[in-house]
Amino acid sequence: MAARNAIEAEGLTKRYGALTALDGVTFGVARGELFGLIGPDGAGKTTLFRLLTTLINPDGGTASIAGCDIVRDYREIRKRVGYMPGRFSLYPDLSVAENLDFFAALFGVSAEASRDLIAPIYRQIEPFRTRRAGKLSGGMKQKLALCCALIHRPSVLLLDEPTTGVDAVSRSEFWDMLSELKSKGISMLVSTPYMDEARRCDRIALINEAKILGIDTPQGIVSRFDEPIYALSGRDMYGLLLAARRAEGVRECYPFGEAHHLIPDAGFDAAAFARFLAGQGFADAVIRPAEAGIEDVFIKLMHHEQ
Amino acid sequence: MGGFLSFVKKETLHIVRDRRTMMIALLMPVVQILLFGFALSTEINNIDFAVTSPNRTEAVRRQVERIAANPYFTFKGYIAPNEIDNALRSGRADAVAVFADDYDRQTAATERGEPAEKAVQLIFDASNPNNAAAGAGYMQSILLAGRQTGAAAPETRLLYNPQMKSAYNFVPGIMGLIFILICAMLTSVSIVREEETGTMEVLLVSPVRPIRIIFAKMIPYFLLSCLNLVSILLLARFVLGMPMSGSLAGLVGISLLYLMLALALGLLISTLANNQVTAMLISGMLLMLPIIMLSGMVFPIENMPGILQGVSCIIPARWYIEAVRKLMIEGVPFADVLREVLILAAMTAVLIGVALRKFNDKLE
Repeated sequence: MAARNAIEAEGLTKRYGALTALDGVTFGVARGELFGLIGPDGAGKTTLFRLLTTLINPDGGTASIAGCDIVRDYREIRKRVGYMPGRFSLYPDLSVAENLDFFAALFGVSAEASRDLIAPIYRQIEPFRTRRAGKLSGGMKQKLALCCALIHRPSVLLLDEPTTGVDAVSRSEFWDMLSELKSKGISMLVSTPYMDEARRCDRIALINEAKILGIDTPQGIVSRFDEPIYALSGRDMYGLLLAARRAEGVRECYPFGEAHHLIPDAGFDAAAFARFLAGQGFADAVIRPAEAGIEDVFIKLMHHEQ
Repeated sequence: MGGFLSFVKKETLHIVRDRRTMMIALLMPVVQILLFGFALSTEINNIDFAVTSPNRTEAVRRQVERIAANPYFTFKGYIAPNEIDNALRSGRADAVAVFADDYDRQTAATERGEPAEKAVQLIFDASNPNNAAAGAGYMQSILLAGRQTGAAAPETRLLYNPQMKSAYNFVPGIMGLIFILICAMLTSVSIVREEETGTMEVLLVSPVRPIRIIFAKMIPYFLLSCLNLVSILLLARFVLGMPMSGSLAGLVGISLLYLMLALALGLLISTLANNQVTAMLISGMLLMLPIIMLSGMVFPIENMPGILQGVSCIIPARWYIEAVRKLMIEGVPFADVLREVLILAAMTAVLIGVALRKFNDKLE
């Protein structure tokens, strides 16, 4: 049976004692798709990666990668996937070139065989090829790790928080590389705690507390937010947050970057609310309509779940 | 096969770049052999002795010279009978030989076959009982050798190690310890390090059977141990002057078997420990201590209570040390250590079996 999807998960469940790390997770990643797994630390992302990379066995449900079952055909899967774990998992005492050679040998290929695939990435770290991997910057380490994960031309790439702990410029570069790999037909599952990176994915799944909250395109996810939303800002941001939470007509208010996002009850009058805040001593408070982001949807779905 | 060699190369790089560990691994055997061979010894040396003799006859002086000529004893002079206690207490002398005032007459009588009387009294400072007993034994035999003994006097000969050199005893013990340390401790730590730093995850998610990677890891440690074996044997032969009269091939053969056993132990420890500190502790507590205490390296197994003798049977080092002693010091043919070889081989097989069963190519 030729599987249509690169990754298929059906009711995946994993428990550690009393803790349920993953609870009935179902999703599919189409071939050549860049699929994002968005959620905070402890949501179960790493457990999901370890299940898919056949490092652990599920307590319930099934999953397959490129048509191979993660329990039955785990040896076959290990040949086909490229995996980049959440923390830096190369040898810090080996040089860039030595790490690459080792991983080539591990997969029984020569480093040349995948030269065309990794060249755009490797070119950036090539000047440091004799440097010990432990002495590279965070962004460089991630690029080297990506090269190592790609060395055997995997059809599916599993990247667990590849951009965590990396500066903003390197993060953006890293996503450019993923887009380029996508154009070469590689299917990818990427997890990230950064909501802003979700936009770079074809589709995303929001995951929290072992459960998937929703799966859609980034635009589709955002359009699920069908309520008005306001951005609230001022000098005393914390006081403002407390005041808004106490005020009538405000369903929810939470910090959101430089402003607070405020979700009102029906019949909310922004101008009246501004006057109310001025009466509370927040004369400089500014309230204006805002666009909902993925994070807003996340928070909404999270509350809905509870 | 090319893959396997690059795994070996990678592991070798880890070892070579970790200079400190490598120096420890290479120098430790040398330092231990030299320490135990020269500095730390259970031999009795430099016993200071004084003599009390009311009339220093020719015969007495001859006896005193004979004792003084022995490398174990240093003559500190003649003292009066009332100074004996003070000399021993102050530490000026460890022993005093008191010759009877009619020493000449008594020895002459003994030589004629008349009933012996006490002609010499040896007084030893027994605050260290081992030293006192051994020293008294030495001095007695020197005094006895100086005269025609009667037919009934027993003659004792210490075979294989007539000078009772403690190095002879320690070298096999050190070998038993070093190989476990390097093979078992270092390999288990290096396997666990991969689990701790997360590289094991990447290794597992690859087509290579993890056990091949593990075997590749063991090879450099095995070679390092072989290097140590060579340096220990050279030091033992040419610096400590051990006889090495037995089968050298047999000695090397049983050492290689023991190395494999140590590697299997290391693999087993790595499956039990989940971080480097635990691996170190397990190696230290479960391997080092029993080896030092129960293998016969320091304390004779024959002197242990029955239950500890039983425990010592499951300690591989006991059998290895026993076999090495036989081969190195007694110089027996290889066939005479067959029992030890078979026991070690069986232990190795069991350890490899258990380690492979426990070794998991999953994270759980």
